[in-house]
Amino acid sequence: MKSGASDAVAEDCAQDVMATLWQKARLYDPAKASVATWVFTIARNKRIDVIRKSRRPEPEDLDWGAGDDAPDQADIYEAEEEAKELGRALQSLPAAQKALIERAFWGDRSHGELAAETGLPLGTIKSRIRLALDRLRREMVKG
Amino acid sequence: MTNTIRHHLSDEILMDYAAGGLPEAFSLVVAVHLTMCDACRAQAMALDALGGAVLDATDVSELSDGAFEATIAKLAMNSEPRTAPPRRVARGVLPAPLVDYVGGDISSVRWKSVGKGVKQSILMADREGSVRLLRIPGGVAVPDHGHRGMELTLVLQGAFADETGRFGPGDVEIAGEDLEHVPVAEQGEDCICLAATDAPLRFKAILPRLAQPLLRI
Repeated sequence: MKSGASDAVAEDCAQDVMATLWQKARLYDPAKASVATWVFTIARNKRIDVIRKSRRPEPEDLDWGAGDDAPDQADIYEAEEEAKELGRALQSLPAAQKALIERAFWGDRSHGELAAETGLPLGTIKSRIRLALDRLRREMVKG
Repeated sequence: MTNTIRHHLSDEILMDYAAGGLPEAFSLVVAVHLTMCDACRAQAMALDALGGAVLDATDVSELSDGAFEATIAKLAMNSEPRTAPPRRVARGVLPAPLVDYVGGDISSVRWKSVGKGVKQSILMADREGSVRLLRIPGGVAVPDHGHRGMELTLVLQGAFADETGRFGPGDVEIAGEDLEHVPVAEQGEDCICLAATDAPLRFKAILPRLAQPLLRI
C-alpha cells in the first residue's frame, strides 16, 4: 500500500486506515466480503484520497435484500472459504504471474507504467496478467 | 440490471479500477458500467477479493512507536460519519455515480452546443484525463476522428454504430490510439453517451476547432 509514498506519508495513511476501520466496523458485512477484502478496499480508497488526491467513483449500491437482518451464517462461512480458496490459488500461480498481480495491486501502477518500470513490453504485461486471472478463475472453479 | 449488454469492460481496466490506479475520468465510466452490468460487477467484486488475498499474503511493515497513540488521536478527531450512509440508488435517468457529478438528474445537465446538433457537458477534467456527456441527435454522424490516448465511451440512452459494431445502453467502446472511426447515432431518440479520455483537454484549442466542424473526442 505504500505505493512509492514516503514513510511518513505511508504511516499517516496507515493510521487513517486503522481509524476508518474502527469507525466503520459496524458497516462491515461478513456475508458480502472477507475481512481482508474489506480492509483492502478501505486502504485502497484512503490511498487514492490521501496520496493520489483523486476520487474513485463507486457504482450504485446493490440491493442485497437482507436489510438490517443479521448476516446468514452460511453466507459468512462461504465468503471466508472463498477467500481462503483464492489465497491458495494466488499462492499456486507461477512466480512471475504472482509477482505481476501483486505489483499491480501494491504498486499503484497502471499496466502502462508497469511496462515502463519492468522493461517488459506492454503486450507481455497484459497477457501475463490475463493468464494469471484466467488461471485463478480455473483454480476457483476447480476448488 | 440488464442482460442485453454486449460490449463489456476489459480485465485490464477492471484490474486498474480494483487496484486504484485508474484515472478518475475512467473510473466514473467504470462505476456507471458496473451499475448497469451485473457480469462486470461480479468481476470487479472478484478483483476486490483478489486485492484482499494479496493483502493477506503480504509481509507486514513496522509502524513507528507512536503509531497507536496517533491513531487514537485521529479517532478522537472523528472525521468519519458514525451512522451508515443511505443506500445510493438513483431514481431518475442518470445512475447514481453520474448524479454525483452532474449535481442532479438529466434535466440538471448544462449542455453546450458543439455543432451539427451535437451537445456536450464536461463533467470533470484533471491532469490524468477528462470525462464528458455527449448528446447526439438520431442519425447524426460524429465526424471521423482519431484518438490520442485511450477513450472509453458508454451509452446511456439510444445507440450508435461504427466500424467495430453497434453500441446500445450499457455498452462500452474501448478505443485506443489506433482506432479511426465514424460513430453514427441510430435513428430515433438522441444518443446520450458518457465519454472519458486520457488525452489532455485543450480548452483554448476547442473554439477554432469547432468551426471546422471537427469534434475531437
